[in-house]
Amino acid sequence: MIGRPPGEPRRVAYLFLLPAFLVYAAFLLYPIGRAVHLSLYDWDGLSLGRWVGLANYAAIVADERLRAAFGHALVLMAFYALAPLAIGLTLAAILNHAKVRGLGFFRTVVFLPQVVAMVVVAVAWRRVYAPDGTLNDLLGAVGLDSLTRGWLGDYTFALPAVGVVGTWFETGLVTVLLLAGMSRIPTELYEAARLDGAGALREFFAVTLPSVRGEIAVALTLTVIAALRTFDLVYITTRGGPGDSTSVPSYEVYHRAFGLGQVGSAAAIGVTLTVAIFAISFVINRFADRGVS
Amino acid sequence: MIASTRKGWPRNMRHARTRAALAAGLVALAASACAPGSSAPPAASSAQPSASAVRTDAAALGNVTLTIWDQEVRGGQNAQMKQLNAAFEAKYPNIKLKRVSRSFDDLNTTLRLALSSNEPPDVVQANNGRPQMGAFVKAGHLRPLDAYADAYGWKKRYPRSVLQYVSYSADGKVFGKGNLYGMPQVGEVVGILYNAAKLTKLGLQPPKTWEEFQTALAKAKAAGEVPMQLGNLDKWPGIHVFGTVQGRHVPADQITTLAFGRKGASWTTPENTKAAEQIVDWVDKGYFNKGFNGQGYDPAWQAFGKGEGVFLIGGTWLITDLEKSMGKNLGFILPPGTTQAAAPVATGGTGLPFAITAKSPNPDAAAAYIDFIANADAMKVLTTNGLLPIADTDQQSVKAGSQQDMFTAFGTVTKQDGLVPYLDYATPTFADTLGAAVQDLLAKKSTPQEFLATLEKDYQSFAESNE
Repeated sequence: MIGRPPGEPRRVAYLFLLPAFLVYAAFLLYPIGRAVHLSLYDWDGLSLGRWVGLANYAAIVADERLRAAFGHALVLMAFYALAPLAIGLTLAAILNHAKVRGLGFFRTVVFLPQVVAMVVVAVAWRRVYAPDGTLNDLLGAVGLDSLTRGWLGDYTFALPAVGVVGTWFETGLVTVLLLAGMSRIPTELYEAARLDGAGALREFFAVTLPSVRGEIAVALTLTVIAALRTFDLVYITTRGGPGDSTSVPSYEVYHRAFGLGQVGSAAAIGVTLTVAIFAISFVINRFADRGVS
Repeated sequence: MIASTRKGWPRNMRHARTRAALAAGLVALAASACAPGSSAPPAASSAQPSASAVRTDAAALGNVTLTIWDQEVRGGQNAQMKQLNAAFEAKYPNIKLKRVSRSFDDLNTTLRLALSSNEPPDVVQANNGRPQMGAFVKAGHLRPLDAYADAYGWKKRYPRSVLQYVSYSADGKVFGKGNLYGMPQVGEVVGILYNAAKLTKLGLQPPKTWEEFQTALAKAKAAGEVPMQLGNLDKWPGIHVFGTVQGRHVPADQITTLAFGRKGASWTTPENTKAAEQIVDWVDKGYFNKGFNGQGYDPAWQAFGKGEGVFLIGGTWLITDLEKSMGKNLGFILPPGTTQAAAPVATGGTGLPFAITAKSPNPDAAAAYIDFIANADAMKVLTTNGLLPIADTDQQSVKAGSQQDMFTAFGTVTKQDGLVPYLDYATPTFADTLGAAVQDLLAKKSTPQEFLATLEKDYQSFAESNE
């Protein structure tokens, strides 16, 4: 009895896991399974569904508009994940290195966008981008009148304009995460680097960057998922326009399920999106793990 | 040996086992659960009661509770609803009303589930178009109201061009003809709003012909004014501008066929091309405000209210709010025809119609309620609350100004059956297709020919599959 490892025999261990598993199954596994199930039907949400097999998935590949939506999500990833990471690393390194007085205050300021609901953020930025909005006023004030335009209605700039809102929103989160990671780096490491004659830049690449690898993985995972599931921002600012130039998969899911009554197609897009998010998070964490071990 | 390699399952084998288990689970799920929405369809209400079988004496129906879902949540809409409901309950103490009021968007997204449940509300406000009312009719969730219409005389009071918006064939395929599935309270028409002070300053009168309208636009431009406000960021406002121009070039019956998504018309005609070319010409001449595709709908009409812009193509729903800021300077006309004597053609329709669900156990009481909120007395209540009643419009008295303009315009256009449906009714996806296509056209991302080809593709493929 005493020599038995904890959790043995297995039957007993599974019994302990059962309550949690039931909750998990009821609220997560069942809905996912149901979504997969629905995605195999042509269903309007009202009358009897018609079995169509993988046709809804084939449509995602065949439909130019849906392919474009997934492409837009990729572009948004650069704005949501890569740009905040670059800015966040710089900002956090400076804040950490300089041992700024009132660090808590700055941390609060950069984190502030995260506290505001995305819908509010979107409404505010819509005004910023309006033809008579703040951005154009600023451009006009410095003599760049030729650049003014209705940003969200411009075919070239609408998607980047939406992306910049994402950058603004996510940078604070990334910075705070990285700052936390950097503050845990033992000062001895920096001292050793300095004794070896490393400058500030060298120090950053040799000590700081490898030490926050885990935090970078967390930040990337969070922001990439945020980019892929962007909905509210697009819904409020452009509704996918002008034309279809800012439509994203999550918006299509909502639009098809509740607007057009194409529930099966919406479920198929949702499932595809879920798989994509899983795959990308998996890859990111694979890279982070390799660094740690 | 350590527990992790217990029983010697190689790593990849264990993975295979998990995968097999997962797959088995999915298959079981797919097999055990039947097709979605398979709950027995509601007893087909094809057997319509005749007018004589309908009981119109609501007081004699015994104790009944009616559940009503509406979206009349704002200002005058909410006020009239409360007033009428209270009056109904006072007149028929045996009928209790349970009102559930939600915003337009919330109602739209929840109605589907509610209707397919076992105990749906008795009366619901369902949007006229194919994705809503059409889909509900097709699934057998709404009750045809023709017998009630005969008993209560609705078809005599309501203009034909209004009734078509609540008519579907019993299978939900044909829109605009067939059974009656709902009764609206208020009307809408898209026309031209103008700033009277600015017109006077330009030395102009409100335009009486389409030619005069275009001259006025040119004069406004030359005088350095914004000739026309447009905020097309939300995708749909441009549809109304195109619809208005289309009404000047394309015969009304063709527009109606196209907008109801019926077979027998085409987008790629010389008339439609002319309409598309004209709207592009307006862009070229700078008749719209700068950056209109990036301007929101609300900021655009609010800017018009503040005195930026001479004209605004918009619906009667804007008038109450604009009057607050513009007062006597606000004017409203129907889109003028090619000649002064031309029959009026304008995009327009109804507020959300009230329908009776197929599973409601009290259809007679529900119909009595609908008649009560849409009869001649109710129309007076609507008027005093600042709304545009859909019937008896010319019998209402309102003070001179933009509200009277609106009553006159709607009375004129419905009396001559000149209302043409919203173009986005055509197919379940047409709001999207057309909204994006108009943005493309106005931004000169597509030519008028490409624009019409896009619309033709959506329209024809639907019209064919729907037969």
